[in-house]
Amino acid sequence: MSDWPTSTIDRRELLSRLFPAPDEYLFISGLAGPARDAADLTGDGDNLYTMAGTMGAAVSMGLGVALSAPEARVAVITGDGELLMNVGALCTVANQTPANLSIVCIDNACHGETGGQVGMTAGLTNLTAIAAGAGIGSVMTISSAEEIEVAVGFLTDSAAPRFLCCRVIAGPPVNFNRDLDLARCRRRFRNAYLGAAE
Amino acid sequence: MIAPAVPTPEEWPETVFAVLIEAGVWLFAYVPDAGNKHLIELADAHPVARTVLLTTEEEGIALCAGADLVGKRAILCMQSSGVGNCPNFLTLAKGAGFPILMMVSMRGGPKEQNPWQKPMGEAVEPILHAMGVATFAIHTSQELGPAMETAIHAAFETGQAAALVLTQTFLGVKQF
Repeated sequence: MSDWPTSTIDRRELLSRLFPAPDEYLFISGLAGPARDAADLTGDGDNLYTMAGTMGAAVSMGLGVALSAPEARVAVITGDGELLMNVGALCTVANQTPANLSIVCIDNACHGETGGQVGMTAGLTNLTAIAAGAGIGSVMTISSAEEIEVAVGFLTDSAAPRFLCCRVIAGPPVNFNRDLDLARCRRRFRNAYLGAAE
Repeated sequence: MIAPAVPTPEEWPETVFAVLIEAGVWLFAYVPDAGNKHLIELADAHPVARTVLLTTEEEGIALCAGADLVGKRAILCMQSSGVGNCPNFLTLAKGAGFPILMMVSMRGGPKEQNPWQKPMGEAVEPILHAMGVATFAIHTSQELGPAMETAIHAAFETGQAAALVLTQTFLGVKQF
């Protein structure tokens, strides 16, 4: 097994500290815990599209947004299981070099949504090393609450695309019930963005 | 608008590319295949169009959906085998109404020389139909223009995901 430092980050307060001004971003989140955390951050706002299926789609959808809206700041909120299901997308991001895309992985080293089964990042798999190997130039891992402030600077000041792996305590996400109507949420996001762009 | 002349087999990528650009498509996501090689070269050479090389076709479904979230149009190009990598992500088409437009270059047809291509080749249309994607098979140059017009309208005007299926009758059969 790996010798990860014991995390002291409670995910339920992570995103609000990483993104003190969430209205300045367009957010895409993968399914399960990261979607609940992201919905809590934005109040399930219309600058967020969350998934509750299509595991592995978040990074690619975020890349599509980032390339198509280069003036926007785009952040993908994903988890270790979701990211590993389509880890090749990190290679695609790296080679497209979007200057407006951040990927934040909430790595709890388990599959929290389905019963807390142990995940591969509890073992030998290192997502930050994978992101660096994919070619993403700005990568960072944090595992203590004290490091969150450093990560805030990383998300604003390092060269994008950037990848931030947040090793968190394997506790529950925020208990936030978001809108699961995938078609309505598409229209909500689109109308808000296109209305704001006019 | 004057209807475009029926293209020769050699110049169909120029026709397809021109129609897509005219329709506002700017993002060309693809997994390389002989059937989309020239189309992607045309997109690479275009001042506005952007190509995105993928590691697996399913990435492209999500990428096209992301473009739509901010009002931009995209197409996903792949070989028939890649359709098998897409069904779960096609939830975004069937469930959410994202306007997914695909171009599938076929393998595994009647004169296919590689037996590994046959199972997926035969499953392309059943899989796409099961996940809510309408298919428009192109066998001759005469069918290309009308099929493209219908597929583009379906995707971007009505939210009906659509796939242009370029058959081996149209593309020619790879020789081994």
